[in-house]
Amino acid sequence: MNSVHLPPFERLIDAHARELHRFLVGLVGPTEAEDCLQETYMSALRGYRRLRHGDNLRAWLYTIAQRKATDAVRRRMRRPTHDLDGVEPVAPPAPERADDGIWMTVRALPPKQRAAVVHRFVLDLAYAEIGERMGISEEAARQNVSAGLRRLRREVTT
Amino acid sequence: MTDDLERRLTDATPVTDLDLERFRGTLAGRAAANGLLDVASGMVDSPLGPLTVFVTPQGLVRLSYPGEGLAVRVDELAERVSPRILGSPERTDAVRRQLDEYFEGKRSTFDVPIDWRLVSGFARDVLRVTAAIPFGSVSTYGEVAARAGSPRAYRAAGNALGSNPIPIVVPCHRVVHAGGGLGGYTGGLDRKRHLLRLEGAR
Repeated sequence: MNSVHLPPFERLIDAHARELHRFLVGLVGPTEAEDCLQETYMSALRGYRRLRHGDNLRAWLYTIAQRKATDAVRRRMRRPTHDLDGVEPVAPPAPERADDGIWMTVRALPPKQRAAVVHRFVLDLAYAEIGERMGISEEAARQNVSAGLRRLRREVTT
Repeated sequence: MTDDLERRLTDATPVTDLDLERFRGTLAGRAAANGLLDVASGMVDSPLGPLTVFVTPQGLVRLSYPGEGLAVRVDELAERVSPRILGSPERTDAVRRQLDEYFEGKRSTFDVPIDWRLVSGFARDVLRVTAAIPFGSVSTYGEVAARAGSPRAYRAAGNALGSNPIPIVVPCHRVVHAGGGLGGYTGGLDRKRHLLRLEGAR
């Protein structure tokens, strides 16, 4: 028996899998998104019984998904780079469709900016919702989106 | 303010549909292989309507008739067994096959393992005794109470049978009134009649 009341796990799939998948398609591309989603839910299942409360499970899932996406991008790197804390390796272009150009550039953004841009433009979320899903403030969400856009503008015009 | 870049981001939004059923199946398989699936659920078509079965690594823990409110049942299992519940046709396949055979008249005993954890004490004794009533025969509430060790507790036996979490497989439909009346049934008396007729007991 559980001391904490958690919803049946299958409900987390019904409620969030499709949207998380779109989020991951934005972050890592269509080829790897489903694998990342599997890893996200496997990791969630592992931790599920140890959760101390069932509040904001959606934000929890998004945090895991973002981490899995970062892992996937790192794995894709041909050679290991200086993997220092706070320094994020830049992803090489993934073998995706040609019309995907702008999104390949998005995938090379630092993780937080990348996640914020995907939340904003793939899932069409308001800044408050982005903040809630990323576990940051509304203002920080706005800053991450605009920093991401600034960087993208530099990348696509040069 | 929407500029060209933002428009490109919105227009070029990658669209890929997720095959949710396949995703669920893969996840359930991996979860089970890693010991992370505590309750697997599956549907079984039957002449009595679509049944839902719930299986733990120990065995069949619940069989639910349509109309019981599936969401309520799932919530109950999440609370009383584990919230790690996933739909898994594969993990519930053995139970499904035996139920199919039973309804086709090809099987008279079930030999799937039972997980008794939803019942305890006298109720569990009553249901164990009930599980031993042979196919095609009936018993009375009093007899069942007596065999469970409390001859006068036929009313408590009736309650235990009425809240049997695993009807059909634990055949509470084989318990009737001493006077010849059908008594009650979780799934409704029509279903009780149907099962007894299927078994040639009535």
